[in-house]
Amino acid sequence: MSWVTKTFSSTLGRKLLMALTGLFLIIFLIGHVSGNMLLFKGDGGQAFNEYADFMTTNQLVKALSYLTYISIIAHVVYAIILSVVNKKARPVGYAEVKASSNSSWNSRNMGVLGTIILIFIVVHLQNFWAQMHWGSIPMVTYESGEYRDLYAVVNLAFSNIGLVILYVVAMAFLGFHLNHGFASAFQTLGLNHKKYTPAIKFIGSAFSILVPALFASMPIYIYFSSLN
Amino acid sequence: MNLTLKVWRQKNNADKGSFNNYTLTGISEDMSFLEMLDVLNEELSEKNEDPVHFDHDCREGICGMCSLYINGKPHGPQQTTTCQLHMRSFKDGDTIVIEPWRASAFPVVKDLVVDRGAFDRIIQAGGYVSVNTGGVPDANEIPIPKRIADEAFDAATCIGCGACVAACKNASAMLFTSAKISQLAMLPQGQVERKERAEQMVAQMDAEGFGACTNTGACSAECPKGISLTNIARMNREYFSAVASSENV
Repeated sequence: MSWVTKTFSSTLGRKLLMALTGLFLIIFLIGHVSGNMLLFKGDGGQAFNEYADFMTTNQLVKALSYLTYISIIAHVVYAIILSVVNKKARPVGYAEVKASSNSSWNSRNMGVLGTIILIFIVVHLQNFWAQMHWGSIPMVTYESGEYRDLYAVVNLAFSNIGLVILYVVAMAFLGFHLNHGFASAFQTLGLNHKKYTPAIKFIGSAFSILVPALFASMPIYIYFSSLN
Repeated sequence: MNLTLKVWRQKNNADKGSFNNYTLTGISEDMSFLEMLDVLNEELSEKNEDPVHFDHDCREGICGMCSLYINGKPHGPQQTTTCQLHMRSFKDGDTIVIEPWRASAFPVVKDLVVDRGAFDRIIQAGGYVSVNTGGVPDANEIPIPKRIADEAFDAATCIGCGACVAACKNASAMLFTSAKISQLAMLPQGQVERKERAEQMVAQMDAEGFGACTNTGACSAECPKGISLTNIARMNREYFSAVASSENV
């Protein structure tokens, strides 16, 4: 075994991949939530549709999107491998465990939270991403040219209360996952410092509330707009 | 005080094992937990029954020999070693559940005794200094800043009891291994084998079948010596920089 494969099949190497892909997906979330804020612009969706067009045609974005797919897949695959290793490390469990006295619920259930988020991602990709890539989307014309009207697809989707609830609940799970994952990734990378760790923990907590809340506000806003 | 004990009994590693209930009466709250078990074993011996086997040695909280998973926590309700746990931490009429450490790397030998040889093998893999450091040097002969000396000493207070493994949901030995890597990585005597040590100890830890770290912090919260999670971050730094820069292809 070469030193590279040896490193990435060690528990620490696998954790390193979890941390790096996790942090990359955190950066992806920043981009994703910022772009989608255009839904609130109130211009009938022109800015959002132009942005969606840019995101599906720009070559640099395309390269980044492949990096995102790889990150999601690697994050999931390594999570499964690590979970199997971790399960094998304790074949016989305890009759009584007071886990809540020494650790937080979300830190112990990252796999469960991650699985729920993965299911959400599949549903979410089917709702919009697959439509944009392979579905038939009505066209809309602005001064700058003709665009696929993803804004209309989003509006139609979120006039369904069931889907709105699903998205909001999924964002709550994402929040819990990020709440532990953000600071945990830095700890795994060994980036622990008296000065910066408290700041990382604070930013992680703020991020885990703010970003899912912004995401969740979009379907809620669109649903209530659709009632008028 | 009167107590009901629910104790894990297992003849040997091949045996499946099960809980046995025992009732104890007239236990003083000033007794240590192990003394309470001594009382139980005396009663069992008088009845010609097999006494409950459990590990213990110094009974002063410094050797790391005692273990026991008591009422869902390693070393019981206090953040201390089982030998330093006293019956005043329990109430009259309590049921106390006593289990061995649970980890595939810590096979049960008998009853509550587990084989913690895996820890010894991790130490053998690199937890030593093979340069001759001579006799005890005079104080301050080797200049080490107080902060570094304190941090290395804090890591060195790990007694290797295995509570971290027992507490971890993944039965991970990272707190132990990281403390043992840290205590040498921070001192001048540990520099010669610094990279090899990190690589080999982590490899041995994996080979023993311990799980990975999820950063839940349960290990540190239950550690009788309060070993900090910063050691795990340091181990990760040590390991990643070692594999990236060592000559071991």
